[in-house]
Amino acid sequence: MDFVRREAPYLAPKADVASMMLQVLVALIPAALAHVWYFGPGFLFNLIVASIVCVGAEALMMRARGRDPEIALADFSVLVTAALLAFALPSLTPWWVTATGSLFAVVVAKHLYGGLGFNVFNPAMAGYVVILVAFPMDMNLWVAPRMGDIDYIDLTVLQTLNYTLTGSLPEALTFDALSRATPLDAMQSGLRNMRTYAEIRTNPMMGDFGGRGWEWIGNLFAFGGFWLLIKKIIRWQIPAGVFAGLLIPAGLMYIIAPGSNASPGFHLFSGATILCAFFIATDPVSAATSPKGRFIYGCGIGFLIFAIRKWGSYADGVAFAVLMMNMATPAIDYITRPHIVGHLTRGDRS
Amino acid sequence: MGSMWTAILTITLISLVAGLALSYAYRTLPSDSGELIEQVNELLPQTQCAQCGYPGCRPYAKAIVDGDATINLCPPGGDDTIRRLAGLLGNDILPLAEGPASGRAVAVIDESLCIGCTHCLGACPVDAIVGAQQLMHTIIEAECTGCELCVAPCPVDCISMKSLS
Amino acid sequence: MSAPTYDLGKLHGGLRLQAHKKISTAKPIRHIPVPRQLILPITQHAGDPAQPIVSIGERVFKGQLIAEQEGSLGAPVHASSSGRVVAIEPWPVSRRYGDNAPCIVIECDGKDEAIGTADNLPGYETLAPRDLLSRILQGGIVGLGGAVFPTAQKLMQAMSCELEFLILNGVECEPYISCDDVLMREYAHEVIAGAQILLHALDLDLCYVVIESDKPVAIRRLGEVLAQLDDARIVLKQVPTIYPSGGEDQLVQLVTNREVPSGGLPTDVGCLVQNVGTAAAIHNWINNNQPLVSRITTVTGDGVARPMNVEARLGTTIADIIEVAGGYTDRAEQLIIGGPMTGKSVTSDRVPLVKATNCILVISKSPSVSAELPCIRCGDCAAVCPIQLLPQQLFWYACADDEAKMRSYGLTDCIECGCCDLVCPSHIPLTADFRTAKARIRELADEKARAARARLRFEARNERLEMEQTLRDEELAQQKESARKAGPDAIAEILKRKQEQDED
Repeated sequence: MDFVRREAPYLAPKADVASMMLQVLVALIPAALAHVWYFGPGFLFNLIVASIVCVGAEALMMRARGRDPEIALADFSVLVTAALLAFALPSLTPWWVTATGSLFAVVVAKHLYGGLGFNVFNPAMAGYVVILVAFPMDMNLWVAPRMGDIDYIDLTVLQTLNYTLTGSLPEALTFDALSRATPLDAMQSGLRNMRTYAEIRTNPMMGDFGGRGWEWIGNLFAFGGFWLLIKKIIRWQIPAGVFAGLLIPAGLMYIIAPGSNASPGFHLFSGATILCAFFIATDPVSAATSPKGRFIYGCGIGFLIFAIRKWGSYADGVAFAVLMMNMATPAIDYITRPHIVGHLTRGDRS
Repeated sequence: MGSMWTAILTITLISLVAGLALSYAYRTLPSDSGELIEQVNELLPQTQCAQCGYPGCRPYAKAIVDGDATINLCPPGGDDTIRRLAGLLGNDILPLAEGPASGRAVAVIDESLCIGCTHCLGACPVDAIVGAQQLMHTIIEAECTGCELCVAPCPVDCISMKSLS
Repeated sequence: MSAPTYDLGKLHGGLRLQAHKKISTAKPIRHIPVPRQLILPITQHAGDPAQPIVSIGERVFKGQLIAEQEGSLGAPVHASSSGRVVAIEPWPVSRRYGDNAPCIVIECDGKDEAIGTADNLPGYETLAPRDLLSRILQGGIVGLGGAVFPTAQKLMQAMSCELEFLILNGVECEPYISCDDVLMREYAHEVIAGAQILLHALDLDLCYVVIESDKPVAIRRLGEVLAQLDDARIVLKQVPTIYPSGGEDQLVQLVTNREVPSGGLPTDVGCLVQNVGTAAAIHNWINNNQPLVSRITTVTGDGVARPMNVEARLGTTIADIIEVAGGYTDRAEQLIIGGPMTGKSVTSDRVPLVKATNCILVISKSPSVSAELPCIRCGDCAAVCPIQLLPQQLFWYACADDEAKMRSYGLTDCIECGCCDLVCPSHIPLTADFRTAKARIRELADEKARAARARLRFEARNERLEMEQTLRDEELAQQKESARKAGPDAIAEILKRKQEQDED
């Protein structure tokens, strides 16, 4: 009897990029639901716009590069980009802002570098930074979270949809009336105006640790993140690095001068810290690849987040921190090569 | 607004000046050319065939470093060598100047035709031909680099190239 | 046990694979009768092919020497049964490169008469180590773990090193393969006896028999034999069931916590590793005068109706063996000699069983996986690599054909275990790519060596020509000098002679 000839090994690999990406999306669902609960359905509309534009842009770019779009779309990586971008945006965002961000993320940050596996920068963060700088007014329209005791303006679904499509608010409302500072915003401007941390914390929008609403979303990001860790979709080095890099300096500053610094708990549960640690920084393509390198990469991101929040002009420094460490990745990889078994020195340098 | 334009202009000016200075330095500052010639020579296939127009690989290497020759003149080296030279020297990759890259070949003497004239013995740059006056000549296949310099001097045309690929 | 305890090392990475071994260990070893025809390749070992010393038509006995060792690295071949030599010709074999190899074909007469007996054999303790080694060589003993390195030469090299102990490899970490397991269950005594011979040959007094923890029956059996023999030099050691702990260098690292230097051997760190099957074969030859003419092989996979372990004569075709195992099922699409991680895929079942055949695996084709995606740098491959390489970087540089970087990142240390392939979410055939890349590195190294040689010859030739030129110049100068000294009369004389010559 005759047989086919193949090369070893003959067992099929179990892991799969598409299922990894799907599991990341599933891990984001609890936090997505919380986001909708606290800040209204705007998040969903942003997600839909981002997904449509991302998928469309990817298909067009694959065509432009002379390849079959099916290959790129089948691994669902672009949907993760869309989801992360949607989480970064305020819930009231006109569609053209979301679309610009998505276009830049997929076309420039991903496909002009060569597509999946070749992008140097995290596409979602690159897209976010572009619209943050290009549409500063729209990107600062944050609404108050739904908490019983503060003045929460409940926009209906239709009103939200109308804003997403046209950028215009209903008759009686103005931007000033609607928008609120985020907890990080309030903390940063408060500390710069020489108010103490304890004072700022009396603001009704502050919750037990971070901002109200935001800390629950953070919790659910953490649940999703731990689930991904257990399933071994992500490895512990990057989240651990981000937390260490952020919380250790924050903790030190808080111990030295508790009145003029935010507590580490506040840093942890505000803004995109937990989202970054488990979902954004762990993008495997743009992160460092050796185990030690990942930890250093995470620490760098954490420290930069702290530095930007403390001394920079943006309230939350996650996107810039991630992009800056993306730049450092090749150097980190080169320096942190593990010891090869059987070699006397720690990796041969050439 | 004014300060923004000042900032943009200053940065642009600095970048321009720095860029020009760097490219000037790269092109004109003397490098350690002796060592560089050795490095270029290492990348050449050492067939010593003179197809590049220089009497051997080292003279060609020297010509490349001195800027007298382009890096795409070596057929036995083929595209691989051009690519490596481009990588070493920071030059652009050029297509091979003449003819297709010759795959590895060795010369073979047809012993029934050989008259023992020793003309080919002297032509071989690596002394890969064994023989003497009036005695049979033969080519040591392991040492033959395929440079083809022995083919022309043979008065009875008994040497042919056998491809090894 | 008063043996010193060495620090158990830890293997980095590795995978816990589904074993698939119970299907073939449920029944005892089946002894296959001698087939009608035996096909014996003259190269069943690493090294130079053996030289046949029989001629066509000659009658041979079981255990008779039919091919002599040739070259400094090699082993002899013996007839697996009595019969007549009918041909010495190329046959399909299960080697990786090249499909046909010269084989001695014997038509068996069914009588299975042996050439020698076990009477009047000198006890191994009476032999000096050197003599014991040459005796082992004569038995055709090679490493039966799959590498088939000639055992005598391996022991000879080991004798020139400072050894601390012997390690018997009963780990058998690859899925499906269970021949060593059943060998240790049913022939535990032979294995330990072989260990004793080896200890004597190497003048050592410590031997670790290492087994994976998923072989409780074998561990028990060996424990019983050791208790019976009461030989304090031999110690049983269990290791966790992780692939690829059974690789030679990995085993040394596990048992002794020492790393075998890159490009080196276990003897460089004081150990010698032998497979348990090799030890049993040494015992059979030295103590019972039976050269290596048969081996235990696992026949398994869902393409075989009755998976089992068989003991068959070398030279039996795979087809015959599979028939004994119930024949093929309808899921038989791939035939692999060896295990599912490192085995060799063969196209025909007419290939014979040889010394290296530890497993015959018949399975269906792996389910067609989705197309190969680009590497997403997830790093899972680096997490499982037992050598602590960075396969994602090696893959990058292999695609870029960057020889220097591939060497620097340790491509030549890759043991091709296949762990990285199994965890890659992009389904990149990493092991196959690394195999190709290694060949490429070798090709480039060859080219460099050739170029260096050509350059040396060129420079030598230039020197020679220069020297000849210098000599000629000196001669000419000398002649001029002597002519000048001789005076104008002599010159006129010479000119006159030349004129006369021309006129003639």
